[in-house]
Amino acid sequence: MLAAFPYLTNLIFLPIVGAIALMVLRVDDTAARFITLCIGIVETLLALTLLGGFALGDAGWQFVELHPWMPAAGLTYHLAVDGLSLFMVVLSAVLLPLCTLCSWTYISKRVKEFHVCLLLMTGACVGVFVAMDLVLFYIFWEAMLVPMYLLIAVWGGPRRRYASIKFFLYTLAGSTLLLAAIVALYVHEGTFSIPALMQGDYAFDFQCWIFLAMALAFAIKVPMFPFHTWLPAAHVEAPSAGSVLLASVLLKMGTYGFLRFCIGLTPAAADHYAPLMLAISVASILYGGFVALGQQDMKKLIAYSSVAHMGFVTLGIFVFTQAGVEGALMVMLNHGIVTGALFMMVGAIYERSHSREITQNMGLGKHLPAFMGFFGLFALASLGFPGLNSFVGELLVLIGAFEFNTWLGMAGIPGAMLAAAYMLRLGLKMAYGQPASPAGKGWGDLNLREWTYLLPLAFLTLYLGIAPGLALKVVTPSVEKLLTDYRAKVHMTMQAKAVPTSPALAKLDAHLAGKTQGEVR
Amino acid sequence: MSQYNLALCLPELALFGVMAVLFVQSLTPDGSKRCLCWLPYGGLATIAAALIGMGDSGSLFYGAYQIDALSQFFKLAVAVGFTIAALNAANPPQLDAAKKPDFYFFLAASAWGLMLLASCVECVTIYVALEISSYSLYAVVPLRAKERQAAEAGVKYILFGAVATAIALYGLSYLWGSHGTTYLAVLAGKDFSLAGAPLAAVGLAMFLCGMFYKLALFPFHFWAPDVYQGSANETSAFIATLPKLGAAVVLVRFAALLTPGLEVTLLLAVLGAISMTYGNLAALAQRDIKRLLGYSSVAHAGYLMLGLVSGTAEGLAAASFYALVYILMNLAIFWVLCRLAPDGKNVALEDLDGLSRREPVLALVLAVSAFALVGLPPTAGFMGKLMLLKSAWGHGYNWLVIVAVLNTAIAIYYYLSLVRHAYTHDADDVPAGSVKRPMGDLVWGLALAVVLLVMGTMPGAIFDLATAAGHAVMP
Repeated sequence: MLAAFPYLTNLIFLPIVGAIALMVLRVDDTAARFITLCIGIVETLLALTLLGGFALGDAGWQFVELHPWMPAAGLTYHLAVDGLSLFMVVLSAVLLPLCTLCSWTYISKRVKEFHVCLLLMTGACVGVFVAMDLVLFYIFWEAMLVPMYLLIAVWGGPRRRYASIKFFLYTLAGSTLLLAAIVALYVHEGTFSIPALMQGDYAFDFQCWIFLAMALAFAIKVPMFPFHTWLPAAHVEAPSAGSVLLASVLLKMGTYGFLRFCIGLTPAAADHYAPLMLAISVASILYGGFVALGQQDMKKLIAYSSVAHMGFVTLGIFVFTQAGVEGALMVMLNHGIVTGALFMMVGAIYERSHSREITQNMGLGKHLPAFMGFFGLFALASLGFPGLNSFVGELLVLIGAFEFNTWLGMAGIPGAMLAAAYMLRLGLKMAYGQPASPAGKGWGDLNLREWTYLLPLAFLTLYLGIAPGLALKVVTPSVEKLLTDYRAKVHMTMQAKAVPTSPALAKLDAHLAGKTQGEVR
Repeated sequence: MSQYNLALCLPELALFGVMAVLFVQSLTPDGSKRCLCWLPYGGLATIAAALIGMGDSGSLFYGAYQIDALSQFFKLAVAVGFTIAALNAANPPQLDAAKKPDFYFFLAASAWGLMLLASCVECVTIYVALEISSYSLYAVVPLRAKERQAAEAGVKYILFGAVATAIALYGLSYLWGSHGTTYLAVLAGKDFSLAGAPLAAVGLAMFLCGMFYKLALFPFHFWAPDVYQGSANETSAFIATLPKLGAAVVLVRFAALLTPGLEVTLLLAVLGAISMTYGNLAALAQRDIKRLLGYSSVAHAGYLMLGLVSGTAEGLAAASFYALVYILMNLAIFWVLCRLAPDGKNVALEDLDGLSRREPVLALVLAVSAFALVGLPPTAGFMGKLMLLKSAWGHGYNWLVIVAVLNTAIAIYYYLSLVRHAYTHDADDVPAGSVKRPMGDLVWGLALAVVLLVMGTMPGAIFDLATAAGHAVMP
């Protein structure tokens, strides 16, 4: 259905227009902060209305906007959301005011430009998740790099230039092949429309090439081991808001790409390469966990933990079971909330101690109880503590992995244990460690501004942990549809090619058959 | 219809008028030479004439001179390019006031030659038009005479030009000898395979060398970095942009003769691939920005081949569109360079340090044009590249598409370093906003940046023109 009010266009262009206005206006630093905050609040309200208007139980496209854009070249301005993308859109929008708040005192130079970058980032991020035209998708996908590059390169830490260039080159080099894949798909089907391309029937070999080209771009963005090396550098050097956006939204673009394009457009190839992707996912989980265990820098620790968490997401995606994919989507959302919050807290403590070394920020339990309370909550959530949000997603992913193969499920377990180890180590040291200097006494506890941006995230952490039902209701129909389509298309391609069915598909067949029987009974 | 219906040649006549006034002014005594403030209006008049002539079609001079959608598209592009280049070159710092009318006269004459080139459909006429546009540039390059590099650049440009056109002329003799005609329309039906007509195939390849030289395509690119570096910034801005249009239009016309898979087409594709890779790799090491842009123009000449080898109207449209986008991107970046060098010196990467603090507007224009040259959305460069890739895929040149996208990844590094120096390297001694710049400089620069962004997001109307141009030569 076509939307009566263009929510999605507004979500994309409100921050972009705001950024242009901010660029042109002559305003002082405080005014720039307030303007961005106001835009962020409006953006959040828009996103919440979108969430409220989303029809539960409907697996189709919602809030569709379709206009001709460049008919001669086959381009359309086509936006829509479904259960796979809705939460990412809302998350991108909600983070804007929170990021503004957490940078309020953190950023003191070139304040206006900083907020321009923040606004442009948000607009582009929303665009990536709602674009239904491949070129539009690619435009937002690339456009987002420039503000992120500037965020790291201008407002980052001491090695910001190195980190920002590495980030830019890595991600852009990866996505050049994505462009080639987009062109190849267009020439094959004569359209850039994603829903139309999903109806297409592609030969197996063609699918494999497209899959590989796209998967490289997405794997770099996720990032999956061994394409992750840009991430710790970027995270450590970026300012807090940059780290938050990077972890909460940017990384999700890769996994979203896997779901939407690799499974939606090239199902047979995804099936064919699933063992490889699963192996890399397990490697990411273990590698990220082990390396996080050895970190002394808080940001680096959280960055490597992100590699591990994103490994869970890709693990869930490529087992192709209902539980696995739903779990992957839940981890995407929850990782966005929790890791974003953790990065904000690291930023808050950095403002006090001017160091991100764990040893310089110990023994805070006595002096900063509220801070440690929040930190403990988010750290527990991050390690997958039952009753908090991440638990639901990781549990579902592990269920999916066990459904697929017992050994695969077993391989994922150490990841969860490692998460407990490194997060508890961090939390314990910060709360009860022997402080290196008595400086901690003089630091004030959380102020009103910090309460303001942490409370919503804490609320979401608890709410999604205790009552994940509503969130699952949003994603379940879309995941069902995705997997049913996937299965049908793989069978079609395999029959044409006479390729033997993979174990993953056999499992899915059995799973879906069992489900149908259950429904009959 | 008359063979001499000059109403069809409005843009050429308008530009010729500008030339004539400049010629008279260059002869007058010194006092009256200084006022060249009318020149931008002359340029605008040329653009207006090109717009009026947009829908014209016809044939003049016994079929040697064709007015069609393709020629009118390129004439408009030349008129726009000339106007921007003239605006950009207002008050070239290293030039005596007395030489100014001569300088502009040569630029206008070269642009006029390029306009003629857009309409030529007969090989000898093409050759003559090519030489008109080249000779005036030979005169302009060494005008920065006080520097040794300028003399070297001038000599290099003339010698390379002479060799290239000599090869072209030699090739033309083969072409004529084997098929007995120099009219493109007649040649279109002939055989150009090495097996069927070896002389014609070789002759065609050699004739195209003249265009390769203008386009700075490998292996005729050696002049580009040296000439860009050696000539004045304003002159480089002209040489780096407009002659490419002339070469592009002739190549588009010739590409209509070629079918994919032919040896000559394959040669174009191979040269394109080498050009992209070599140009980008060489640009990585440059510190002088004009030299960097020189090598990058070699790479861009390679990208253009994507559209030419596909053998479809879409491909030719994409090449035409990209040629226009390319001159706009390059003029925008040269606009910034010329503003940054009031003393006329070459600008090195380090000179950009702290630009975003000193002059935020120029830094923004630089960033937009650099990202457009990379082909990053949402700029015109991205749309142009997308059209090129789209047109080449599926016509036997998928490998060339892969080479092109991989090259984009190489190109990012050096274009990004422009932005990096402007935004992240702080020159400590210059406080923010310390340079007072005339409003006009900033407004025109911003206008160019906005055009690049608008053409990236809403290229519809201009792409339709390019499509019409593509269909004009290959229905």
